[in-house]
Parts: sequence; C-alpha cells; structure tokens
Amino acid sequence: MKKSFKRMGCLILCMVFLCGVMAGCAQNEGVATDGSTSMSKVIGALGEAFKSETGITVTYNAMGSGAGIQAVLEGRCDIGLSSRDLKDEEKAKGLEGTVLAYDGIAVVVNPSNPVSDLSVQTIASIFKGEIKNWSEVGGNDAEIVLIGREAGSGTRDGFESITETEDQCDYRQELTSTGDVITTVAGNPAAIGYASLASVKESVKPLNVDGITPSEATIKDGSYLIQRPFVLVTKRDQALGESAQRFFDYVTSKEAATIIASAGVVAAQ
Amino acid sequence: MAPLRFLKRDVKSKRTLERVVHGTFLIMGLITVGCVLLITIYLIVAGLPAIREIGLIDFLFGKEWASTEAEPKFGILPFILTSVYGTAGAIVLGVPVGFFTAVFLSKLAGKRVRAVVDTAVNLLAGIPSVVYGLVGMLVLVPAVRELFGLPDGASLFSAIIVLAIMILPSIIKVSLTALDAVPKDYEDASLALGATPVETYFKVSVPAAKSGIAAAVVLGVGRAIGEAMAVMMVSGNVANMPSLFESVRFLTTAVASEMAYASEGSLQRNALFSIALVLFLFIMLINATLNFFLKRKGERE
Repeated sequence: MKKSFKRMGCLILCMVFLCGVMAGCAQNEGVATDGSTSMSKVIGALGEAFKSETGITVTYNAMGSGAGIQAVLEGRCDIGLSSRDLKDEEKAKGLEGTVLAYDGIAVVVNPSNPVSDLSVQTIASIFKGEIKNWSEVGGNDAEIVLIGREAGSGTRDGFESITETEDQCDYRQELTSTGDVITTVAGNPAAIGYASLASVKESVKPLNVDGITPSEATIKDGSYLIQRPFVLVTKRDQALGESAQRFFDYVTSKEAATIIASAGVVAAQ
Repeated sequence: MAPLRFLKRDVKSKRTLERVVHGTFLIMGLITVGCVLLITIYLIVAGLPAIREIGLIDFLFGKEWASTEAEPKFGILPFILTSVYGTAGAIVLGVPVGFFTAVFLSKLAGKRVRAVVDTAVNLLAGIPSVVYGLVGMLVLVPAVRELFGLPDGASLFSAIIVLAIMILPSIIKVSLTALDAVPKDYEDASLALGATPVETYFKVSVPAAKSGIAAAVVLGVGRAIGEAMAVMMVSGNVANMPSLFESVRFLTTAVASEMAYASEGSLQRNALFSIALVLFLFIMLINATLNFFLKRKGERE
C-alpha cells in the first residue's frame, strides 16, 4: 500500500513537471536581442515599454556589436543590436540593418580648459599622440592626457572608427566605464576623453567639433560629425517570429521615438 | 525477549542516522574540494589552447599586448611584471606599517586604544574593494598628479598605495594573533634578566612569533596579487611595460577589463583564460608558501 502511494506521488510529480515544460514551450516566446553594450539603455527602455503594452518579454544580452551580428547570423537571437553600420561582407551574408537611432559621441575636456572647438583632424592627431601639448591647439601649456575606453568597448570602437584612429590611439588611461571617463576628465585639467553625449554631465565640457555643438539637432541633421548609428540587425530573407516582428514594428514606430529620446539618443524616425 | 528486540532496533536506527549524518557532512566537504578541482581543471583546459597557439615563450615574455588590433599581439610580460612590482611595492610599504601596528597593539597599547584600533582595522578589512578604487580615483590620483607634477596621476605608484592600504588588515590581524600567542613567561624571563620592554618585544616576542608574521606577509602578497577592482580604477589600465609613474595594467585587470567584450571562442578570449591560468599558478605558489610557514609553526608548537 505504502509503496504504491509513493509510486503515485512520483507519477504525479513527473506529470506536473512535464506539463510545466510543455506550457513553457507553448507560451508566447519572448524576443531575444543580442549585441552592442552601448545600446543597453535604449533597448532597456524600449523593452520595458513594450512589455507593459503587450506582455511580451524582451531579453537583452550585452555582448558587443560583433557578437550580436554573429548571433543573428547563427540564429541564436531574434534581433541583433549593432552600434555601427553593417559592413559589406556582413550584408553579403544576408543581413539587413535598420537604423533605430543615432548616438553622438561627445569629446569632453575639463571645464577649466580654455579650448572649446577642435576639428575632427585635430582630435585625431591629439589621440594619435601627434599633438602632445594643449598650447599647440590654443590652450594652456600642459601635456595632453588621453583618456579612452578599454579595447572592445562600443564607444571606443565608434570614436576610433569615426576619427579613423583605430589601433593608433596612445591612451594614458583605458577605463572600463563611461562614468569613470567622466570622473577622470573632471578631475584632471589636462585630460581629454570621449563618452556618449547622453551620459555627459555638468562636471565636464563637451567640445564643439568643426564649430558644431553636439546636440540632438546637430546629430540628427548630420552636421555634428562624431556620431554613429544604432542599428537593428535582422536576416533579409527570413521573416521574424510573430512577437519579434511586433517588437520591431513597435520600436521603429513614431510613438517609440520619445522613449528612445529619453534614453539620451536621437531617434531615426 | 521483547525489551532486547527494542534495544536492537534502537541501535540499528541510531547507526543509520549516524551514517546519514556522516554522509551529509562528507558531501558538504566534497563540494568545496569539488569546486577547487572544477576551477583548476576548467582553467587548465580553457587556458592551454591559447598558450599553445601563441607559444609559451611569446606569451610569457612578449612585451606587447594588443588583442583587438588587425594583427593581434599577445605578450603578457607587462602584466606579469606589473603584478610582481605592484605586489612588491605594496609589501614594502604595507608590511612595516602593519607589523609595527601589530607590535604596538599587542604589547604597548592600552586596552581602550587597542579596542579602537581593532575596530578600525576590522572596518578597513570590510570595505569593498570598489570603494577603495573610487576613493583612490577621486582623491589619490589627483593628489599624486599634483604632488609629483605629472600630467596624470593614474599610475603604478597610485596602485601600490591603494594595495598597501588594502593588505594592512590581513597583515595586522595575523601578526597580532601570532604576537598575542607568545607565552608571557618568555617576556617575563627576558624582563627579569634586565632587558628593557622594547628590547624584550623585538628580541624575544617578535622572534617567537616569526613564522606567524611570515604567514601574515604571504597572506598580504596573496591579497595584493589577486586584487582587481581597486587597481583597475587607479592604475590607468594601459598595457605598458611597468614604470612607477606610468599607467599600467595588472594580470587581474587584464582579464577583467577585456572579458566582457571578447567573443566566445576567439583567441583573445582564450588568451584571457591563459592569463587567468598564469595568475592562478602565482596564487597556488603563494598558498604553498603560506602552508609551508603555517606547518612549520604547527610543528614547533
């Protein structure tokens, strides 16, 4: 008698388990997004809004643009997130990019620094170490201290590719977060660094580039040069799943623009 | 007949319980051992491929690290030397301070002073390393820049200062325990022979606590070499060959700063595991030394 009870119990447990697993499968699946670490804020805000509207969960894996693009290609996620335009060879593999927003990268200096306007070329020469003293660009006589991000960072990749200084930057410090860059530049009168415009605070001074002040308007109309797109990466010849398609339509809609703006970047739509 | 049978059953069930408890504790113990084994095996398996691909000599003695360039270079000599110099510097600064604090607390300080300093040391031990890093970044780095007239204060020197402060608690507490354990008879004998108190402390108490103090130093070395977060924030984190006032990168920070971005299966990621393996070997070595000192102490007692 006792034994049969135990057996029954086991059976019931197994069935409950199976039911749970099956229910999990049958349920509307969430949307998986992988990619650029720089896009976490935007995707976080959009995902939250989307969930409260539809009840579908959006997951986000911050793995870097390259890894996100790779993940779409291998079908490991629904939508890839890239903070640079797709390369031609990536497009040739059947991928398609849709610009979600534009992110301006501000070049920041200490507020006490008299320099307030530099050209992209000058900025590039400064970061390559060709210009070593602030007096050469109209500032005080002080050695320029270059503050950058660690290898692999989306902001560093964006900055270096826009200014064409890849692998040539002669950094004094390679910090691992935007906040650290801001703190360090705020604490050193001779420092220069870069950060997403959205995260620039009062404690540092963003430079004008070629006479253009970085702002939402100048980024959107393209006159501020140090900017990069936030791209949604999908497969060209393969339709998205139902919930992924809904998410895609939602984030590219006009209503989503305010949410995107609240994350500090400029919506493309 | 009947009572005997009861007794038998009782013994039997007790024995079963005994066995169950024994088994449970054994499993608990094995979990720890299992974790260590798992980590060791994982590190070796994950760390060897990159070393094989890069070449052991090129990897350990290469002077350039540029993992994301078009032609990547994976030489970790700058990291190894930085870790060694940084730790050595922290020991040179931290050990005298910690040692004298311990002698003072154990032998000279009054009860109240000792209670206050003890609390402070315990608090120092409890501060998370990221807080050390933050304070270092906001206070120490600018101060070093001003003091030495450098363009930037993030350097090996700043990291050494932070590490020296961070290892103080372990050095003080372990030395203190060792000094407190010196039998009072030794000191009384020395004093009775006409030695002054200070002579007694340094010629009798300290030599008697020698191996404990050595263990404290080794523990400090272990703490310093394994620290990542705090040094990452004050050392500048650029893969230069170490120099006191240049920005440098440690073995730990080399792994921590690039791991988030290195893509799965890439040589860069594997190389990061290889760095972790090298770090692991360093720490094993330090632990072996520590065990050696502790064992010797145990034998003497």
